[in-house]
Amino acid sequence: MKFRVYRFNPETDTRARMQEFEVEVFRGMMLRDALLEIKRQDESFAFRHSCGEGVCGSDGVNANGRNRLACITPITDLKEPVHVRPLPGRPVIRDLVVDMTQFYHQYRSVQPFLIHKEPLPEAEVLQYPEEREKLDGLYECIMCACCSTACPSFWWNPEKFHGPQALLAAWRFLADSRDQAMDERLDALEGPYKLFRCHSIMSCVEVCPKGLNPTKAIGHIRELMLEKAI
Amino acid sequence: MPITRRHFDALIIGAGGAGLNAALRLATADARVAVVSKVFPTRSHTVAAQGGVNAALANVLPDNWHWHMFDTVKGSDYLGDQDAIEYMCREAIPTVYELEHAGVPFSRIDNGKIYQRAFGGQSQNFGGPQAARTCAAADRTGHAILHTLYQQNIRARTHFFDEYFAVDLIRDQEGAVVGALVMEIESGEPLLIESKTTLLATGGCGQVFRTTSNAHINTGDGMAMALRIGVPLMDMEFYQFHPTGIAGKGMLITEGVRGEGGYLVNKDGERFMERYAPNAKDLASRDVVARAIVTEVKEGRGCGPQRDHVMLKLDHLGEEVVAKRLPGIRESARIFAGVDPVEEPIPVFPTAHYVMGGIPTDRFGRVVSPVGSGPEEVVPGLYAAGECACVSVHGANRLGGNSLLDILVFGRAAGIDIMDYLRENRHHRPMDETAVEKAVARLTRWEKKGEGISVRELRDEFRKSMEDHAGVFRTEEVMTEGVDRLKAIRAKLADVRLKDQSAVFNTARVEALELENLIDVGMSIALSALARKESRGAHSRPDYPKRDDQNWLKHSLYTQEGDRMDYKPVRSKPLTVETFPPKERVY
Repeated sequence: MKFRVYRFNPETDTRARMQEFEVEVFRGMMLRDALLEIKRQDESFAFRHSCGEGVCGSDGVNANGRNRLACITPITDLKEPVHVRPLPGRPVIRDLVVDMTQFYHQYRSVQPFLIHKEPLPEAEVLQYPEEREKLDGLYECIMCACCSTACPSFWWNPEKFHGPQALLAAWRFLADSRDQAMDERLDALEGPYKLFRCHSIMSCVEVCPKGLNPTKAIGHIRELMLEKAI
Repeated sequence: MPITRRHFDALIIGAGGAGLNAALRLATADARVAVVSKVFPTRSHTVAAQGGVNAALANVLPDNWHWHMFDTVKGSDYLGDQDAIEYMCREAIPTVYELEHAGVPFSRIDNGKIYQRAFGGQSQNFGGPQAARTCAAADRTGHAILHTLYQQNIRARTHFFDEYFAVDLIRDQEGAVVGALVMEIESGEPLLIESKTTLLATGGCGQVFRTTSNAHINTGDGMAMALRIGVPLMDMEFYQFHPTGIAGKGMLITEGVRGEGGYLVNKDGERFMERYAPNAKDLASRDVVARAIVTEVKEGRGCGPQRDHVMLKLDHLGEEVVAKRLPGIRESARIFAGVDPVEEPIPVFPTAHYVMGGIPTDRFGRVVSPVGSGPEEVVPGLYAAGECACVSVHGANRLGGNSLLDILVFGRAAGIDIMDYLRENRHHRPMDETAVEKAVARLTRWEKKGEGISVRELRDEFRKSMEDHAGVFRTEEVMTEGVDRLKAIRAKLADVRLKDQSAVFNTARVEALELENLIDVGMSIALSALARKESRGAHSRPDYPKRDDQNWLKHSLYTQEGDRMDYKPVRSKPLTVETFPPKERVY
């Protein structure tokens, strides 16, 4: 099977190029297996990967124009020749490795941690199953950045717009019955950019390898803000 | 060019559960703490833990930390240290509450308390009916815990060095550890971190085997760094093969599947665990279940065209239970085995999963090492916690749900002890420049050019050898051949060359450094296994099928210099309760 992969080494290259590799396929082969095989042929090829089962979130790449997690993308889903590029919109460090600084910064800026202000009980803070269910579809995010780097609003304003991943995280805490910082969280999201740059294009939903829905989360935050304003 | 130097009170190498829980302690106590991780923290392998964390909360069925302690001692095949086990099982309860307070989205039961499921080797009342002790966030407990700990570290403003690779520890002439040489992966630049204390929290070494549930990053880096400064590794022959990896691939299918009521069948549809463990059946200890599966396959009762695996059935649980309690498993089975477990069984076979052994520590996380031929002493300034350490709470076989517990309890214990150490040792010790040069040489060695073997080639050969010669069943003959092969592989390491000599994000160089670590650690496993002439827990020898408490109720210590084996006694006296004396282990 033919693969055309994005190559760029800042020490030797002035511009990026696509390099072709022929990879022998096997049954059940994932895109990550193909990238590993390419690395076998050329050890200078760089990409991030680790768990191989879709939970660590290291190997987000753009394959045939769509952001995907390489380790859970069967190559049978991909049309030949497969074009593999780094996640779009982020500075490229080398080959498929992008600089994620801005993405992580946006995550950190939504205070992505539980804030419980009342004195804590000795045992667990009670949370009923129906309250806990509100976190399903939110806490499973693996921070692979497939969503934010597929978002045109994030491409244009990565330093001002939080992006779908960070906003999903913001809603994960707003939706938690144990969290006691709703007002501060909502206040911090005010302004034209942080939240409101989302134009519901829904690229994030389309590409999320875990089937999560950041657009819906953003909608919930908007509703809460509206309620608060009234 | 002089190497940049930074100074910290505490250096933590590794950003999984152990490292992050220690960091959280230290950062909230206002110590200057640096966490070095070769991957962004939430990529650490704690993220992949599925089933849960054990604590005797008694939310679902009656429970008691003392019962948990008994099960852990029995599960360890009496090789675990009972003082450390008592400490862990007592601390489990406040530890889980603390995690919940930090924000972990545990699954819940109707009264709002944390959901707990049954796991292997758990009993009520010292060997009585099945207990339900494993606190779970669906089947993504490790992910939920790791992300929460990272989040709280953001809040505590912990200083992270993301994507820095730890090269070697720096140990001075008096034996104290004074920091580490690390390398920034993005630039390829070395950095010397001088620290009053150093915690190794680098996780496991599953990549020594070809088929493993472990991630690409689990290359035993901390264990190998310890070996290279003269610290021995303890009980490395005890390597756990998880019974249910996806056949031929190795991805994990949690024991929680059996905890929720799933079971194993062979080609005749027989529920074969009934023969091997009449009481606990599919929830017997992992070593017992893994051996049963391998035996079924060896005796021709395996499934599939090659008869090389068995089936894990959970279709009778119903879609609702699977969707609610095991959603991640359903996803993995669909992607990697091509089956929807709601309708069809999952093909499984044991997969290399967890090393019970590691860097010897006491229950405060302090690394202990024999001095000359004398008794062991604390290595000043050096700590270890989590899978890379050996406290020892798992002995010869770890119970499911006890590894998340181990990393959290002993990560925190190390954090607390580091604070005490810092109060008494206010100043940095002088840097040992000779030791720095030696560490730098480990980097510059890879600048050698010319023809040679590739990293990949030697790595493949090594991992295959480990799989063939240090697997579930081990005989003298198979292991002796394995040790010879490993020695040849170790010798070949000198001929390995990097074609890619670039500086920026050179993953080939990282893999070369990891290969050295893998081989150092693999050697400790093979030699410790060859030396132990008995069967205990995960170490199973058909030529010595019985446990031999007379001669072998002791911990192994492998020292790299001269490939030497030593032994030390098991600490069988708990802190406050009576000793559990060795008994025959049946499930």
